[in-house]
Amino acid sequence: MAKRLGLVTLALLLVGGALALIPSAAAAQDKTVWIPMLCYRTGPYAPGGSGFCGGKEDYFALVNAKGGVEGVKIRFQECETAYDTARGIECYERNKEGALVIYPHSTGIMYALLERATRDKIPLSHIGYGRADAADGTTFPYAFPFISTYWSLASAKVRFIAQREGGEDKLKGKKIALLYIDIPYGRETIPIMERLARRFGFEFRGFPVPPPGLEQGAQWTDIARRFRADWVINRNWGVSCTVPLREAARLGFTREKILGVWWCGSEEDVVPAGEAAKGYLSAEFSGSGRDFPVIQEIIEKVHGAGKGNIEKERIGTAYYNRGVVEAAITVEALRGAMKKFGYPVKGEHMQWAMENLNITEARLKELGLLGLVPSLKTSREDHEGGGAAKFKQWDGTKWVGVSEWIAPYKEIVWEAVKESAAKYRAEKK
Amino acid sequence: MIYRECGIYRTSYAKDMALFPIPLDRWATYAIAAAAFLAVPLLASDYWIGGLIVPFLCFALAALGLNFLTGYAGQLSLGHAAFMGVGAYAALILYARYSAPLLLSLLGAGLVAAGVGVLFGTPSLRIKGFYLAVSTLAAQFIIEWVITHVKWIGGGVYATIDTPPLRIMNWWLIDTPVEKYYLTLAVVVALTVFGRNLVRSRVGRAWMAIRDRDVAAEIMGISLFRYKLLAFAVSSFYAGVAGGLISFTYYAAANVEEFNLFLSFRLLGMIIIGGMGSILGSYLGAGFIVLLPIFISQFLGGVGKVVGRLVTTDLLANVELMVFGGLIIFFLIVEPLGLARLWRTLKDYLRLWPFPY
Repeated sequence: MAKRLGLVTLALLLVGGALALIPSAAAAQDKTVWIPMLCYRTGPYAPGGSGFCGGKEDYFALVNAKGGVEGVKIRFQECETAYDTARGIECYERNKEGALVIYPHSTGIMYALLERATRDKIPLSHIGYGRADAADGTTFPYAFPFISTYWSLASAKVRFIAQREGGEDKLKGKKIALLYIDIPYGRETIPIMERLARRFGFEFRGFPVPPPGLEQGAQWTDIARRFRADWVINRNWGVSCTVPLREAARLGFTREKILGVWWCGSEEDVVPAGEAAKGYLSAEFSGSGRDFPVIQEIIEKVHGAGKGNIEKERIGTAYYNRGVVEAAITVEALRGAMKKFGYPVKGEHMQWAMENLNITEARLKELGLLGLVPSLKTSREDHEGGGAAKFKQWDGTKWVGVSEWIAPYKEIVWEAVKESAAKYRAEKK
Repeated sequence: MIYRECGIYRTSYAKDMALFPIPLDRWATYAIAAAAFLAVPLLASDYWIGGLIVPFLCFALAALGLNFLTGYAGQLSLGHAAFMGVGAYAALILYARYSAPLLLSLLGAGLVAAGVGVLFGTPSLRIKGFYLAVSTLAAQFIIEWVITHVKWIGGGVYATIDTPPLRIMNWWLIDTPVEKYYLTLAVVVALTVFGRNLVRSRVGRAWMAIRDRDVAAEIMGISLFRYKLLAFAVSSFYAGVAGGLISFTYYAAANVEEFNLFLSFRLLGMIIIGGMGSILGSYLGAGFIVLLPIFISQFLGGVGKVVGRLVTTDLLANVELMVFGGLIIFFLIVEPLGLARLWRTLKDYLRLWPFPY
């Protein structure tokens, strides 16, 4: 019995191994382009990873269902990274052949791929994460932090605060506290906040929260009683995003003056706080919810046909919509690349197209993306292409938009980007 | 019949002291070395070399270091990833900022890590077992904190140092996966041979005596102070070199987030599954922990193509974890002493085959 079981297992292993080697059958027949997906559906950050990835795959499935990009279908397949850099590199090396774009989906993987992708001429698309100085296209030709980096987002927050206070001159003498989780991601906006503080004359102080950040009582006593902050920026991560809302409620700090980073602006972050979350503000660079034509189309044509890549209930969440947005930008670039270079498309063609994107409001409307994402115009120097952010407020049951697209302080951000990029060039020699 | 000891006469001390006294073992080792140096670069694709073998070798080196400390000297450490991190930053600070030669940077990485390891190893003189594990856990947190917060080390808010192009003696540019593989392999082989000799020396025997019963060892005249700290030093040296090496040849940057507590656990898992107190075990364990999940994932990818949309992608991703976890339990039940012990059992069997008594 045991022997037979062993034989069956062996046979299964052989069959599976052989199957793993067979390339996808579809590849041979249609005109296709290849986009590998480095996803993390397991591991500590799986909720974010599965949403981010599922959104992209659903959008590609939608494009394919409508006949592809000028008749060319998008072939995509997942490779699980579990948010582990070593696994991510392995996925990249396995799938890079002919790939048009790579989504690193993790800052660590992005660092590791920066050099490899530049050599292999495959653009990296990373919206809303990764190093901010990658926006400098002359130093990082193959990195594309579209829409908004952390630094742009931070400066947009200050502009939003200025609007609420009634003008930039009113910022003088105000106190802005940055409550951040004490890991590189959390500390990333400190230099830009310091620059902004010097420029506008507000007082800025950082309050580190040791990870995982479930206990923030001391920091909040400091912020509310000693520093007496006028505004608090909540730059936490995952479970620690919710804690400030409860602490603020306990100390009677008004929630309308707490401004979250986009990672702290999901339904998952506010619902656990209950009543305490009411009035909380959050930044975002992509709209959430299902009230967009493109999301409706996905529900109908992709999930309706049983081709969805994520549970149906999660469509329209913040992570999911960001995935859709990033995929839509990729497809626009692909279209641009095919218009200029024709089929087959190569990585360097994509790189050119991503540098020359111009997605206007009118175009967004055609794509059904209006309101989901700001208009975008990139150049050889500027790989970010906008930097605008929107602000929303939690009314106790749902997010309500409270602003139009708010532009960053571009010259201040770019000063920092140039400096940081120069440092990178010096390190790389 | 083929693998046997009888008829092998050790007629000199040199022969008696040889690393592999049995000819078959010796030839097999030569064959593996030849394969690693000649066949792999010729036959393996860049994906295999750059995506699988290089990280495997680096993690095996780190596991080997931990095996000296835990497997040979019996001191638990939960901070080994942090020592790798110390090595990674030391190597890059030396190489990128002070333009030290590549191999000297790696050596420096090992030495700095060894120094830090000794510092955090001092509690081992007073505490043992789980209590020591907790105190090395502190090393993990403290080192991570220092790297992120001391601006001189991490160089700013990212706490990341990018790896510049690798050059040996200013003329040989190490650029392709094969060249990086040779660099890694050369360092790993050299340190493995050294380690193999170390554990059969006076030092190694002292470590094993301490592991088996420290009081008895002390009575026999082994200085616990010296040998425990030496174990921490050597072990952290290996971890530091491994950390520097992986940052040079694989991660392309020293990033503090790679050397987290989870990696410490994985390193410990490698030596437990591979075999405590075994050089070979460090390699087998590293292969198990680093490579097996990737193979399972590819295997499931093949299954996924056939069954199509019957299973969702996130189910496949999670099945990988289930299969992997199941295999860990399976191997630990079959052989609690690790994969290296399975190998030894096989050798013992072969010695008498086909006429066992």
